[in-house]
Amino acid sequence: MARFSGLQRDVLSLYRKCLREIRNKPEDSRINFRNYARAEFQKYIAVNKKDFNTVEYLLRKGHRQLELYATPGIRNIR
Amino acid sequence: MASLRTTSRLFAASRPMFRPAFARTYATVEPTPTVQPKIKTFKVYRWNPDHPSEKPQMQSYELDLNKTGPMMLDALIRIKNELDPTLTFRRSCREGICGSCAMNIDGVNTLACLCRIPTDTKTESRIYPLPHTYVVKDLVPDLTHFYKQYKSIKPYLQRDTHTADGLENRQSPEDRRKLDGLYECILCACCSTSCPSYWWNSEEYLGPAILLQSFRWLIDSRDERTAERKAALDNSMSVYRCHTILNCTRTCPKGLNPGRAIAEIKKMLAV
Repeated sequence: MARFSGLQRDVLSLYRKCLREIRNKPEDSRINFRNYARAEFQKYIAVNKKDFNTVEYLLRKGHRQLELYATPGIRNIR
Repeated sequence: MASLRTTSRLFAASRPMFRPAFARTYATVEPTPTVQPKIKTFKVYRWNPDHPSEKPQMQSYELDLNKTGPMMLDALIRIKNELDPTLTFRRSCREGICGSCAMNIDGVNTLACLCRIPTDTKTESRIYPLPHTYVVKDLVPDLTHFYKQYKSIKPYLQRDTHTADGLENRQSPEDRRKLDGLYECILCACCSTSCPSYWWNSEEYLGPAILLQSFRWLIDSRDERTAERKAALDNSMSVYRCHTILNCTRTCPKGLNPGRAIAEIKKMLAV
């Protein structure tokens, strides 16, 4: 199995955090949050893994978005 | 004058019966002497988050200084209005009181609204966002961490007791005078982002702007938690990463002296 670089592990850990955070959302909207999180990652699937600046920027953006969507006031997403 | 003319003309058009019999013709305007256009080049840092894999680049704009206001902010607003509406920057008060337009102009952190455009048209002006900050877009830096640090020093009056007469917390003129040179800080982040120590240790070192504010609350005669505030600062990172480089004092667009405030904090912590 391929070893992941540090940056790749950071991305995977962000994805994992997103999926875990979904459990705090109401049951009937969880599928929407899951689709949204997946789509956000899917959008940048083509970014080169050696394009560190871009990946780091997207990671920061991802963490910001996660922090925002994790607030209990947000109950559904479309 | 122009508005007067317009109203009189409108008046005449709507009510022709009152038109004077011998309307005076306008004086012919003497042709203005043609002034040599002063074309100056501005190089502006551009980066668009919508295309994150494209590298940031410098874009050149040329403006005639005769038609532009005297300040850098005037030039930027003119570029945005007339040349390139996609240019992004923060601005609000245009008189150095809000601290929104902090950016790095010709290598110095300053407020665009307080920085005159150098009249030398041979050299170009280079405009960057504040150094060592994450860029949101073009000239807009991400100051979230800076504001979080500001919040961490509890920048508000902390008291357990009330005044005897139940009125406001009063202060003698002498005590009030101690706050001069501190309360004027507008938190534009020019000083913090010019500090090499802050560049390398921004996670834990508070930086000159926040320490200046810290000092402002430490010496406030009305605040009753001075000891607690001192204890929060008394560690190797918060204050003592300041090595008196004094870039903060050199760059402050409001002419304040964060370097001195930090020295005073060190003195307070030492005794």
